Amino acid sequence: MKTILSMLNGLCRLRRQSDCGDGAFARLDGCKPSRASSQSGVALRLTTQSKKLPLTTVASIVLLAFAFSAQAKLNVVCTTPDIASLAQAVGGDKVEITTLARPTEDPHFVDAKPSFIVKLNRADALIEGGAELEVGWLPPLLTGARNAKLAAGAPGYLRANEGVQMLEVPTSLDRSEGDIHAAGNPHFLVDPENAKIIVRHIAEAFCKLDAANCATYQANLKKFLDELDAKMVEWQKQLAPFKGDQIVAYHNSWVYFAKRFGLKINVFLEPKPGIPPSPAHLASVITKMKADKAHVIIVDPYLNRRTAETVARNTDATVVDVAQMPGGVKGTEGGYLALMDYLVNSLTKALAEKK
Amino acid sequence: MKLLKTIRWTVLVSALVLVPHGAVRAQETNQLNQLKRQLEQMQENFEKVQRAQREQIEALTKQLNEVIQQSTATADQKKLEAQLALELATNQPAAAPSAKGLDKAPWSPAQPLTVARSGASYLNMSFDGMFAVGGSSAQDIPALEFGGHDPKQNGFTVQNLEMTLDGKVDPYFRGQANIVLQIDPDGATSVEAEEAYLETISLPWNLQVKAGQYYTAFGRINPTHPHTWDFVDQPLVIGRFLGPDGLRNPGAQVSWLAPTPFYSELFLSVQNSGGETANSFRDVAGTELITQRPGVDTSVQNAGDMLYSPRYVMSFDLGDEHTLVLGGSGAFGPNASGQDGRTAIYGADLFYKWKSRQHDKGFPFVTWQTEYLYSHYEAAAYPGSPGFSPAAATTINNWGVYSQVSYGFRPRWVASLRGDYVTGQPGDFWADPLLDDRYRISPALTFYPSEFSKLRLQYNYDHIQSVGVENSVWFQFEFLLGAHSAHKF
Repeated sequence: MKTILSMLNGLCRLRRQSDCGDGAFARLDGCKPSRASSQSGVALRLTTQSKKLPLTTVASIVLLAFAFSAQAKLNVVCTTPDIASLAQAVGGDKVEITTLARPTEDPHFVDAKPSFIVKLNRADALIEGGAELEVGWLPPLLTGARNAKLAAGAPGYLRANEGVQMLEVPTSLDRSEGDIHAAGNPHFLVDPENAKIIVRHIAEAFCKLDAANCATYQANLKKFLDELDAKMVEWQKQLAPFKGDQIVAYHNSWVYFAKRFGLKINVFLEPKPGIPPSPAHLASVITKMKADKAHVIIVDPYLNRRTAETVARNTDATVVDVAQMPGGVKGTEGGYLALMDYLVNSLTKALAEKK
Repeated sequence: MKLLKTIRWTVLVSALVLVPHGAVRAQETNQLNQLKRQLEQMQENFEKVQRAQREQIEALTKQLNEVIQQSTATADQKKLEAQLALELATNQPAAAPSAKGLDKAPWSPAQPLTVARSGASYLNMSFDGMFAVGGSSAQDIPALEFGGHDPKQNGFTVQNLEMTLDGKVDPYFRGQANIVLQIDPDGATSVEAEEAYLETISLPWNLQVKAGQYYTAFGRINPTHPHTWDFVDQPLVIGRFLGPDGLRNPGAQVSWLAPTPFYSELFLSVQNSGGETANSFRDVAGTELITQRPGVDTSVQNAGDMLYSPRYVMSFDLGDEHTLVLGGSGAFGPNASGQDGRTAIYGADLFYKWKSRQHDKGFPFVTWQTEYLYSHYEAAAYPGSPGFSPAAATTINNWGVYSQVSYGFRPRWVASLRGDYVTGQPGDFWADPLLDDRYRISPALTFYPSEFSKLRLQYNYDHIQSVGVENSVWFQFEFLLGAHSAHKF
């Protein structure tokens, strides 16, 4: 019995490992090599043991192991890294987080890779933005995943924007206005007040899915909210001197941030959302920047920085690399708070330069 | 006597004096008591009135408070409403649509699609219009451009007018329908139900069932609609083996997502084997083209006369930026050469994609897609008919391949190159030169103004063994209205 139990344990670990990707690609997928080597050790022990067992026993053990592993850690898939960092803050070591989109890529145009189907098939919960940011790639993945836990209305399916007051909800849907989203501007997580709403929902959902660890989730939630509140005071203070200052963005993804911190981010290098900058439009941006004395241009990692640099040369402005996703720019890998810290610090610095 | 009198008087007087004195005294006490009583009465009255008034005041105050409370509540509500209205108003896009008066814009045909606003309606609706214009050195363009959606004549061709409807049916099924309108070169409009199927959402054991009219999961191109293709026309081998309209028929398919650490899925489909969308099977016209002899209108005798198509596909991520998909397919069923005629088609496919981890709208990227198909066609013995002598049973084996590379070199721009090759083992009676060995080279350049529109220029260098070289140039334009359903990888 003891051997069977230890095998079960080994299989549980094996199963968890498999979420990180298989063998050779484990390291590329961000799995630590040390874990991979311990996995092969377990696998070796398993093969020598299983030789003595009939096939049916092995099969039932495998099934049991799958059932056990499902309970071991909550397997949560998040569509984007910002949501993932919040889920990690609440879940701590009780959850295994898998993120589909990379922090540096354009989240509107992620490929529906078949490997994502596997990740979703094995997940206990899915947290998506809920504002159509993922509409171009998530639906076929969910159909392929055939996972009842992630069905709409199931406790394992979460829309991050629930309870968030969406901005720029269009009154009419007209694509000549560019890439507009029917549910409103989907870049709502850069407002820390929205992050607060979301972490509360996440904690609630985790408690429902894994009641045994509810106390941990609640404690993590409180810790995160306390830290965020303390930081929020700092951020507000840092950005207070620049209230009403004009910042130019490449893409219209900063409306929530601007509103929260009293900045004006309403001039864009894109003439319409998703439509590439044209020279005529850039010329009008330059004129407007000179008139408004705007001297900061912010660019996401996946957008064309050279376009921003061209405008900056003509207006004596500074280009600031920003990101919506933790890990999108250097120094933001630590998660949501690190990202917000970076954003506030780099903007404060750039705004102060020519004040 | 006098004294007596005096005493009498004194007494009288004193009595008179005293009596009134006593009477006065009595009178005074009476008055006092009266006053006291009066006062008490008044006080009592006063208190009574006061009490009554206080009660009245209290009642009134209460009433008043109630009224005040009510009015403040309505005032509060009014205030909240105003606040919400303001918030809702500021929630609208600040400058763009309302400022330009789009809110009050008259109804336009582009608008009905707003009823299919995603998440706000029961189905997603979209319409795809795809057209080609150009010319070819070939005389018989429909024979050269074999695919059902390919350009069909010098000048303009309506390649595809497709309405797609899809959505969740209920908690158990998802449904999709693709209704296609085509305008033939002679101007006639025809309607085709390309696909209409339901698909289970969450069966146990990682199973999924699809049933209805659908494209067979064979290789990469066959199950897709022309909107997703990288070229103006269909690859040659797909047209020859799977048919101009692809392989699709009514049927049911079960697929199983295997519990492997990488993605791998097994499909098994059972479909009807007849009709013009089963070209290499019980389709008489297709059979006649392949065997070059009259076809026979066969019937389904048993389960073995259905079309069976298994497929296995797996995928690996090689780091963040590289993805590889490998698949193997088969399609087995009877053909229309006679009751004993059988066809087996085998396919192997490869798809590789590189996409920058800092892509902007999906650019830059490189894709490489290759499909190899082998057709083993067993034609039954032909008994003979007026004008056609009998023929022995024969086997026709052909193979074909296409390979295409696309490079999205900058946002919105894609350069593509495709190579096609098919072998042409001839049939018995007459040789159709257009079924000869053939190869084709097709460079193409595509510009996507947005993900909802497309402009494409393509050149075909076509070499057919017994015909020679044909040159064609096609320009394609496409628009898409409504919900753009996400592409599968």
